[in-house]
Amino acid sequence: MKAWQAYRLRLQRKRWRLRALRKRRELSVVADRTDKIRPADILVLTTLRNENARLPHFFDYYRRLGVGHFLVVDNGSTDGGAEYLAAQEDVSLWRTEASYKRARFGVDWLNWLARRHGHGHWCLTVDPDELLVYPFCDTRPLKALTDWLDASSIRSFGAMLLDLYPKGPIGAQAYERGDDPLDIACWFDPGNYSLSRNATYGNLWIQGGPRARSFFADDPERAPALNKIPLVKWDRRFAYVSSTHMLLPRGLNLVFDEWGGEKTCGMLLHTKFLDGFSDKAREELRRRQHYAASAEYKAYAAALEAEPELWCRWSERYINWRQLEVLGLMSRGNWT
Amino acid sequence: MSFGVVILVHNALDRAAQVIRHWASAGCPVVVHVDRAVRRARFERFREDLEDLSDRVLFCARHRCEWGGWGIVAATQSGAELLLERFPGLGHVYLASGSCVPLRPVAELDAYLAARPRTDFIESARVTQVPWTVGGLSEERFTLRFPFSWKRRRWLFDRYVALQRRLGVRRSLPAGFEPYMGSQWWCLSAATLRAILSDPQRPEIDRYFRRVWIPDESYFQSLARRWSTHIESRSLTMCKFDFQGKPHLFYDDHLPLLRRSGCFVARKIWPRAQAIYDEMATGGHPADEAAPSPARIDRVFAEATERRVRGRSGLYMQSRLPNPGWENGFTAAPYGVLEGFAELQDGFTEWFARASGATVHGHIFAPERVEFADGATVWRGAMSDSAALRDHQGPRFLTNLIWNGRGARQVFQFGPRDSQRVSWDIAKDPNARIGVISGAWAVPLFRSGRPAARLCDLAARLQQVEADHLAALRSPQAKARIRVWTLAEFLEAPAEALALMLSDIAPGRAGPPPAPPAMVPLDGLGRFLQEMRNLGMHPYLTGDIPIEPPAPRRPAPRPYLVRPHA
Repeated sequence: MKAWQAYRLRLQRKRWRLRALRKRRELSVVADRTDKIRPADILVLTTLRNENARLPHFFDYYRRLGVGHFLVVDNGSTDGGAEYLAAQEDVSLWRTEASYKRARFGVDWLNWLARRHGHGHWCLTVDPDELLVYPFCDTRPLKALTDWLDASSIRSFGAMLLDLYPKGPIGAQAYERGDDPLDIACWFDPGNYSLSRNATYGNLWIQGGPRARSFFADDPERAPALNKIPLVKWDRRFAYVSSTHMLLPRGLNLVFDEWGGEKTCGMLLHTKFLDGFSDKAREELRRRQHYAASAEYKAYAAALEAEPELWCRWSERYINWRQLEVLGLMSRGNWT
Repeated sequence: MSFGVVILVHNALDRAAQVIRHWASAGCPVVVHVDRAVRRARFERFREDLEDLSDRVLFCARHRCEWGGWGIVAATQSGAELLLERFPGLGHVYLASGSCVPLRPVAELDAYLAARPRTDFIESARVTQVPWTVGGLSEERFTLRFPFSWKRRRWLFDRYVALQRRLGVRRSLPAGFEPYMGSQWWCLSAATLRAILSDPQRPEIDRYFRRVWIPDESYFQSLARRWSTHIESRSLTMCKFDFQGKPHLFYDDHLPLLRRSGCFVARKIWPRAQAIYDEMATGGHPADEAAPSPARIDRVFAEATERRVRGRSGLYMQSRLPNPGWENGFTAAPYGVLEGFAELQDGFTEWFARASGATVHGHIFAPERVEFADGATVWRGAMSDSAALRDHQGPRFLTNLIWNGRGARQVFQFGPRDSQRVSWDIAKDPNARIGVISGAWAVPLFRSGRPAARLCDLAARLQQVEADHLAALRSPQAKARIRVWTLAEFLEAPAEALALMLSDIAPGRAGPPPAPPAMVPLDGLGRFLQEMRNLGMHPYLTGDIPIEPPAPRRPAPRPYLVRPHA
């Protein structure tokens, strides 16, 4: 990489960090329990809005993996989720009514929280509808993975987003608060993903899956990106650039091998397509707070009028991480 | 107990205490070395915890143990000296670390060692004859100086190595000394160990080893060669290294594997692997055989290295995107590409599927949509038939198709009307079996019934595209198995061409193929092509189709095979 390019990326990283510093003023603290964070704790960072129904399972899932503390930004929830969050002993909660879009879809807020509280910790940045799966997650806690990453001098861990959907129309089966969303949305697309490399940041750009297949078949360029790097041994100098798709410094984006081998990676099970999705899509379209002028939600709204079914004959039913590895969606690499 | 243990501890002290307690309560004398980097208060607490075993658990002088440095050898020397001095009757001394966990009953190890009183279990190999070293320093470990820490001062370490190489500086080895290397964890007989520690040359050798890199993997290994009467060159501690030379960790889910391996001691154990420590606490798992058989466990770790270094051929995913040339196979499995066959015979794909047993797709690169087998709109892997999605994916569409179709041979039709994005990819792919009837694109034009004058431009374009594709197939980079017939050659002997393609794509298929479908009527094709020529567009790729059919049958010309260049 040329020196001037490296320098420009450095300036850009500083810009995102400054912006995070500025955007911290939008956050008002509701429950600050960050003094309870112990030095070796794994932290989860998340921004959410009106996700009350998903919260109990979300916390169950990540507590079982061994997450020590949750840093949550509540972007104006009105469904009672905030009260639930504030009552959790391992949650520090901030609230903001400011624009999600102008905080670059929450990235600025979370960059700030990670910088303030995440330095030296493994930080997992996920949405409430994303469940992390990694090799051996059924027998080893997340700490086993992060210890191994530490021992291998690896600072970031990639986990592609895997869209899960139910069989039948999206809203057909009711999701009750506390249920495992994987009981309903348990199907996925096993092999229709495309990859390319982003020359500037060095990260992969992955597209495909049911959203590309059903909503963007005529305009694949605009299909949502599925590459994510959610787990990072945070340093206060780091910054997410766009969602958790890529970071700076760009060495953190090299979560794939270029010489034929497979690096260890995980997956984020994305359980967005549940009952209540259509309402949410309509609301989000109205709020216009999403990426690319909410193009994704426009596409959904149009398609959703026709009661779509994402399930197809070749959809695969989710079983466990080993299945994902056999299908070639993730890999143990040399962690064994 | 006939053996004692020297234990080196630097972190996870609670787990180390558990292991020490286990050795001691089985009757082994233990000398513990605690890294000087451990704080005094913590060390004292640790020592007090083990106070009740003070008749058998001793603490030796502390050294600073840094990875790759002399401290680990100094610590081992201090520990061994103390152990031999205080327990002179020992038969063997076992060197272990705080994260080495005995997994078989200590009595079994004792019996094993007692039956081999003169044997020294120490892995010890000539430096020049093993490929173990990672990072390029093998012999140079002994001939260069390493005053800087590799972990903390990597830049200086690297610069200083480079400088010494440039200046051609070499240290001379102590007289009569040959370096050997091997695992740090050994079990030596007390006699050999005493001889090593009281080597008359020891001051000189110690001075020399202080500047050797990673001396703990060579000090005892070299000196044992000098003093031992019977070296068994393997370690009794099972330890697996990954491709970067870093030890693999064992977790709870490895327990069945560890039991089957029958190893006495395993390392490294993840400190939170509760089930493994429980296994130790309950006395260990008695093995069926006396000797350990680590080969059983090797396969698992060899697979891990293979996966990390070479990966799965034909797979492109979030953690594997090889640079061009590093794919280790562009596609996952052999596949067939048929160009022009379906244009000449109605019902060809169905026939070929029956005759070969393969999955036969139509033109999957057609401009309108992906023609999956049996007219499916979605195919394996949930691949969409949208042409826009396919073109957006580029070469990944083809690699996905082959990856998803593993288990059944994939065949597809291809031609100059199709998107040519993969033209070079298939030509260069040794998995591709390509059969081309050049000029077959003329047949659909002829059958469309439109006058030649209106089709000239289209024909010229198709011919140009096919010529470019054939240039790829005939280039020196082409690695596919490729057969090319002109339309005229194919029409002379269609059955032979089909048989050849069948044997290429589905080798070893028993029995004669079913009768091929009838050729589409081609009366007047020669006249049609001549009209084109008359209009100035020469369809040269079709070969020489006679103007007035039917010509008397001549002996069929042999198809030619484009040989892949090595």
